[in-house]
Amino acid sequence: MGFKILARDDITSESVRMVVAAPYVARKCEPGQFIILRLDDRGERIPLTIADFDRAAGTVTIIFQKVGKTTYHLATFREGDEIRDFVGPLGRHLDVGRLGTVACLGGGLGIAPIYPKVRALKAGGNYVVSIIGARRRDLVILEEEMRAQSDELFVTTDDGSYGLHGFVTDQLKLMLDAGRKFDTSLAVGPIPMMEAVCRLTARVGLPTLVSLDTIMVDGTGMCGSCRVTVGGETKFTCVDGPVFDGHKVDWLEAKARQCRYQPQERQAMDKFEKERGLA
Amino acid sequence: MAEKEEREKAPKKEIVEKKYPMKEQPPAERIRNYKEVPYGYDVATAVKEAERCLQCKKPVCISGCPVEIDIPGFVKAIAEEDFPEAIRVMKSYNNLPAVCVRVCPQEDQCEKVCVLAKKYEPVAIGRLERFIADYDYGHNIAPATEIAPPKNKKVAVVGAGPAGLTAAGDLARMGYGAALYEAFHATGGVLRYGIPEFRLPKAILDQEVDYIKGLGVKVECNMVIGKIFTIKELLGELGYSAVFIGTGAGLPRWMKVPGENFIGVYSANEWLTRINLMRAYEFPQYDTPIWAGKNVAVIGGGNTAMDSVRTALRMGAEKATIYYRRSEIEMPARIEEIHHAREEGVEFNFLVTPDRVLGTDDGWVRGMELCRMELGEPDESGRRRPVRCEGSQFEVECDMVVVAVGTYPNPIIPETTPELELTKWRTIKIDEETGMTSVPGVFAGGDIVTGGATVISAMGAGKRAARGMDAYLTGK
Repeated sequence: MGFKILARDDITSESVRMVVAAPYVARKCEPGQFIILRLDDRGERIPLTIADFDRAAGTVTIIFQKVGKTTYHLATFREGDEIRDFVGPLGRHLDVGRLGTVACLGGGLGIAPIYPKVRALKAGGNYVVSIIGARRRDLVILEEEMRAQSDELFVTTDDGSYGLHGFVTDQLKLMLDAGRKFDTSLAVGPIPMMEAVCRLTARVGLPTLVSLDTIMVDGTGMCGSCRVTVGGETKFTCVDGPVFDGHKVDWLEAKARQCRYQPQERQAMDKFEKERGLA
Repeated sequence: MAEKEEREKAPKKEIVEKKYPMKEQPPAERIRNYKEVPYGYDVATAVKEAERCLQCKKPVCISGCPVEIDIPGFVKAIAEEDFPEAIRVMKSYNNLPAVCVRVCPQEDQCEKVCVLAKKYEPVAIGRLERFIADYDYGHNIAPATEIAPPKNKKVAVVGAGPAGLTAAGDLARMGYGAALYEAFHATGGVLRYGIPEFRLPKAILDQEVDYIKGLGVKVECNMVIGKIFTIKELLGELGYSAVFIGTGAGLPRWMKVPGENFIGVYSANEWLTRINLMRAYEFPQYDTPIWAGKNVAVIGGGNTAMDSVRTALRMGAEKATIYYRRSEIEMPARIEEIHHAREEGVEFNFLVTPDRVLGTDDGWVRGMELCRMELGEPDESGRRRPVRCEGSQFEVECDMVVVAVGTYPNPIIPETTPELELTKWRTIKIDEETGMTSVPGVFAGGDIVTGGATVISAMGAGKRAARGMDAYLTGK
């Protein structure tokens, strides 16, 4: 009844890639869309970006970072195991028509969700300049895949162990200062990273799309758990997004809402570790 | 004729003026659990209550029922202690009796028009319906439902809520191969995500859904129709001869006041879905978290507001208050729900509307600014329109707000089916008689057509549409 995991690998010490058999989702999904999964009868519903898909094989690839109970639990699933519920494709897809020269910034785990967008932008005939960054060299993911789909690729690390020593914004700033022109930009990553990109691009009037990863329940517009203020209006990330004009997002509110279950998340994680003897 | 003469000759039976009471879980106890509030009749009480029925020759109660159940028929069978006959009669009209009786506003329907109600209390039709539905689940006495020979045609039903479950059940009984598509991981729609356990136990719902599956309905969860398949694809490559859309009114309506996105402000849908569908009240045994306030404000006066506020008490609120912009008599909630909420200690504040939600510096709710209202001239709903009393603003404290001021129709199917004609309220336009939309072979019913209404009216719409689909498919 569930959705079978056909392949699984640890792409870094913190993140896992899974190829899941979901033929109907694979048939319809487009870059920018996401799925919601639930591991078992007691599980919560969490959204994950569709990192890749293969329509012919009927598979959808997800990449996730181990951050809380559900993702740590999912990381214990092996090839052949089944995920109870896997629903999608959800959200609006990214319109990748002729945008011109596009700067694509992926921070940390944001590299996974930006990858299918980069691929689509490239296929759509755009000139793609990708900048990906992580805390350290071993956490940089999908470098080869990104390189293959980008006209130019830059890597940054917070500790300087690889590429430019600094954040993705530092790389972008260097290029903008040097007079590099972009028609638009796309940023995916943790909220502070997307906010920093938007602060920088707003100064030079470079349009910036961001893809938000909010807390959801149904993913079909029914609950409003994922609401965010964009340009003074309340939007639902699940049905109006997940891609929004980053210069219009109320980041302060988005940050507060994203952290609202932190004590419960810690509690769930503690319980999971105790049960699994991980603590 | 012989029977009629006999009845006319029979001595007039003594009228019992009041309904036999039904025992309930005491308020102080029940606000600490999620168990059902009323216990239901035992056999002896049910038979005595059934004997109160006058067995009118022209039963008006039937016309008060949106699915036109033969009420005197099943009541008579209960009085005669022929319970298999009673459940047979009931199920020939209603696929979900045990659900229906728990959510139906009987006081506004069958019981309202009961002849006894002119002078005394009406027959407790709702309680008798519950008795027989529950008795069947306890004893499994219902004779097998008759299913027509296969018609070799497939139909798709979208949305496993009350309208969809009813339509799918009826279509299966007519001999169609019925597939029921549901977006969530579980069936039931609002019956599962919206209505709390203490009003409709999930075990009852599960049994009713099992019955529908037993009729041959194939249930497919995790399918967001419109996204994974369009209506066109269902009718085309998937080979369905007709489609019923029962996707409900699941979109929350907001107050559109400043501060509505502070943390601790929930739509009723989110508050109830986390608790009912995801079972956040059992966190961390269940993974879905919830944050529950101690001083809870619920905005609205309908059944969803009552469900939200009573759930807040069970989640540990020390103070739970309803704020409603009209007065008590205009409240759309069932009298029984208001009564239960009062018994449980819910406070009611009428003729007020929030002007803003107040928050702390770190984004959490700390209170509301309210404006007093007064009632003006009646509006199009016939209820007196609330009018603001400017300058009457005042503040109240609360640490959580639930917004239960209604819902909008779910847009996913209309957006992905541009050929569907909509009303100005973004509901789907149908032919009232057949339930067919502007697209041939595509039918709709329930809240997606009416906007937020009752479970029973959605079930009635599902029934009508099933008949309309049958007529369409058989060329009648």
